Amino acid sequence: MSQLRNEVRQSPRAMSGLLQDRRRVPGFQWRSGLHRAHMDGFLILGILTLLLFSSVVLYSSGGEDVGLLLRQGVRMAIAITVMIILAQIHPDRFKDVAFWIYAVGLLMLIAVLLFGTIGKGAQRWLDLGFFRFQPSEIMKLAVPLVVAVYLADRPLPPSFVRMFFALVMIAVPALLIAKQPDLGTALLIASSGLIVVFLSGVSWRLIMSFLTLAAAAAPVLWYLMHDYQRRRVMTLFNPESDPLGAGYHIIQSKIAIGSGGLQGRGWLQGTQSHLEFLPERSTDFIFAVIAEEFGLIGLTLLITVYLLITARGLYIAAQAQLSYMKLLAGSIAITFLVYVFVNVGMVTGLLPVVGVPLPLISYGGTSMVTLLAGFGILMSIHTHRRMMSP
Amino acid sequence: MIDPRHRLKDHFRESRLVSNRLIFAGLLSLVLFGIIIFRLVMLQIVEFEHFDSLSNRNRVDIEPLPPQRGLIYDRNGVLLAENIPTFSLELIPEKVQNLDETIAELAELLSLTAEDIDAFNERRKRHRAFEEIVVRNQLTQKEVALFSVNRHRFPGVDVVGRLIRHYPQGPLFAHAVGYVGRINQQETQVIDRQNYKGTLQIGKTGVEKQYEDLLHGTVGYRQVETNVQGRTVRELFSEPATAGQDLYLHLDINLQQAAAEALGDYNGSVVVLDTKNGGVLALVSKPDYNPNSFVNGISVKEYAELRDSIDQPLFNRALRGHYPPGSTFKPFVALAGLELNVVTQQSRTYCPGFYSLPGNTHRYRCWKRVGHGHVDLKSAMAESCDVYFYDLAHAIGIDRLHGFLDLFGFGHQTGVDIPGESKGLSPSREWKRNQRNQAWYPGETLISGIGQGFNQMTPIQLAHATATLGMMGTVYTPQLVRATKTDNDEGMQLLGVQQADSLPIQKSSHWQSVIESMVEVVHGKRGTARHIGTDLPFQFAGKTGTAQVFGIAQDAKYDAELLAKKLHDHALFVAFAPAVDPEIAIAVVVENGGSGSATAAPIARKLIDVYFGIETDEPVTQ
Repeated sequence: MSQLRNEVRQSPRAMSGLLQDRRRVPGFQWRSGLHRAHMDGFLILGILTLLLFSSVVLYSSGGEDVGLLLRQGVRMAIAITVMIILAQIHPDRFKDVAFWIYAVGLLMLIAVLLFGTIGKGAQRWLDLGFFRFQPSEIMKLAVPLVVAVYLADRPLPPSFVRMFFALVMIAVPALLIAKQPDLGTALLIASSGLIVVFLSGVSWRLIMSFLTLAAAAAPVLWYLMHDYQRRRVMTLFNPESDPLGAGYHIIQSKIAIGSGGLQGRGWLQGTQSHLEFLPERSTDFIFAVIAEEFGLIGLTLLITVYLLITARGLYIAAQAQLSYMKLLAGSIAITFLVYVFVNVGMVTGLLPVVGVPLPLISYGGTSMVTLLAGFGILMSIHTHRRMMSP
Repeated sequence: MIDPRHRLKDHFRESRLVSNRLIFAGLLSLVLFGIIIFRLVMLQIVEFEHFDSLSNRNRVDIEPLPPQRGLIYDRNGVLLAENIPTFSLELIPEKVQNLDETIAELAELLSLTAEDIDAFNERRKRHRAFEEIVVRNQLTQKEVALFSVNRHRFPGVDVVGRLIRHYPQGPLFAHAVGYVGRINQQETQVIDRQNYKGTLQIGKTGVEKQYEDLLHGTVGYRQVETNVQGRTVRELFSEPATAGQDLYLHLDINLQQAAAEALGDYNGSVVVLDTKNGGVLALVSKPDYNPNSFVNGISVKEYAELRDSIDQPLFNRALRGHYPPGSTFKPFVALAGLELNVVTQQSRTYCPGFYSLPGNTHRYRCWKRVGHGHVDLKSAMAESCDVYFYDLAHAIGIDRLHGFLDLFGFGHQTGVDIPGESKGLSPSREWKRNQRNQAWYPGETLISGIGQGFNQMTPIQLAHATATLGMMGTVYTPQLVRATKTDNDEGMQLLGVQQADSLPIQKSSHWQSVIESMVEVVHGKRGTARHIGTDLPFQFAGKTGTAQVFGIAQDAKYDAELLAKKLHDHALFVAFAPAVDPEIAIAVVVENGGSGSATAAPIARKLIDVYFGIETDEPVTQ
């Protein structure tokens, strides 16, 4: 099999021959059509499944509010449009502008700290007069992109010096975002960059010593945290200590999840969410609503969809021709799963409450646009590969 | 190994390296999600019974414990605002099975009126289904007992004991202390909702509004287990509320009472200030109203009566009433004349009973038709000679006069610590051009010199300016609250005195001359207020004022008798006592009172008697 793959890679003509074969098989026709549109059918199917399921759940968690559903529908349309547009762009164009996007993103992060507007106690938004946005969202894609391009510029695995510079490229935006303060996003961006470094093949010895160092740095991090972040971590271990605040979230979400049982109470039947015991039930804690209404079976199916989407992403990464594409695609796919893990871990009481939405399910547009933009890049990498020589 | 920089890119090797890492990451993800699934199995299968019972039969509920509102005392420790217990019938719509039926049964049991039910329905719109809504306030003991016996019939309905605000002095402090009322729609946008959970009332006017943050306190909560009907089964945990701070005011109930009584049936206002620190010792605005009516929501009818009364009892005259200062304005004009070197204490003017501008035949009359003859500052002030001040104002000119009076806060808010204060009006050339698009006429300077024309002052501005005069230029911002006290510590926390300014006057002899002339008003042989200057161990300074009412703003539908009364002059009097090193400053405004000397001056004298006749040291602590 691997031999065949290599042959295909060596010879574009053999590749097109393979495509020809596929076209002859009924049912593959549409796939090739999607390919010409730079779409990936498998990913599209997974994403649409999640978005449809999101609408079903939001209808219930939002108190059967059609207006809320429509607003989310508009956001979905925008996000899908962004995805389609990005998928049309050749991956090399992303490579060309990687440093510029990163630099502009950094400048905007600094601008946010200097003149950003404050919402929910943190300074995350940049007000451009006609619209407001979070520069940290740009960094979610800019950091893995720039690190992948930088590391793949020289043979892999990277030298120690290049790895060090890559870590600096990751740390600077992460620290700026942590200062807003938005610890959750900072950690996610850092991990998306670190995943690239990991994929680039740094030696296990380095990874191990790095992990040891990180364990030693934990007390320093604790010292740097804001009071409210420490409280959140504390309440994770002892939720009862702060029942009006963060502990309340966990107490109530555990009750909601636990009472769902194997089969769940059924759609629109969740009592905890509908009696407003459960806070943020359409946004960060929507997983608890799904747990209550669809039970363990529903959750397992949902998680399976997430895993399948990620698996497809990893496959695309493995198939990518150039190293930077592999690194970038791998990071996008794994980071997507990290988002899911952090949110589910938070809602089930395994991880601290850091305020990360459930990908493609939670109400809100910002994270959805970024996620689908990432998938757009994935599709671009996958669908442009056949038109270029190695 | 070769130096990496010289190494060639080996695509196949790189590809395998990255692919291996991808596979590793994929496997790691599977492990992590294995942990998640394991966690979900623990919660949803193993502990299902536990969580199911928590969610079904017993619910953990968090109840807010509203804090007790801080009390308000006068300087002697007399209670001005307290909290008294009351019982109200409350209902949580979400926990009631059939709302209409329940209300109908309740109406029968407790004989609710149609008005009660309308009010309830109105409130329901403003609350969410899981919040308690008041059905009826102030239940009697009998009604509480009646409901308690029938309580089982009404799940989701309960009698709740609460503390509500009560003002034991009734209307006396209505305009100073203000009142609390139900939190309205606009206020819910502004307040910290978390902290006001369980709180029904909020300060609406006066001290109650201004010091809302201090008075309110911090909400507490208790975690309780409730049964299906929503009734508390047991308390799991509680964090008590922190009561609001008590306020000790500068106000003195004796002075306040004396002032209110002395005004009698007249409309008007009295403000007494402590000259040493700006403390407001009395703040009366008549007519007044009963603040207790507002606490539980005033009835439409009662409110309409207050609102539509031609005497406007809800209008705070002390802070917002615009009055021409009349002759009480003259001491300030005199000081301006001295300071700007227009006159000296000895300068004399001849008063033939009128004044004409050069080259103009129009006669501006003195109040005394036959004239005062030769007058200097002292006699002009004592007899309130208008011609002397026409002449002086003309010599000073409106620009310099306006600029000088600015120092005394004319046309500016005094900054007193209750909301709604008006700025009054100190006219200038610029003001007239901007507001009326007209030029300033010389004649207007003349009538400004005797406090008529466009000049408008509030009683508190008058008292404030008089206090500044008495203190020879040391300005203190008027302040009602003297000290605060928290529940747990024994001492009071004195609020800082706000010294706003020290006026730049060149010679202290200028102050002396004006003060001496004002002493002459009260103690001189011809003083306009000499009748109130007798039988005192010290001398004090004052000035009478009689302000013409040019017309009334209201339309002319009132009957003639009423109209006639409305056209009577306003009587004014300002004073500070003693004349040397004064302790209090007084401003009295009696609407349509006739002459300042006859109506307003005796009120001021009475307040001086009350103040100096009583030993007032530190306010009594409870």
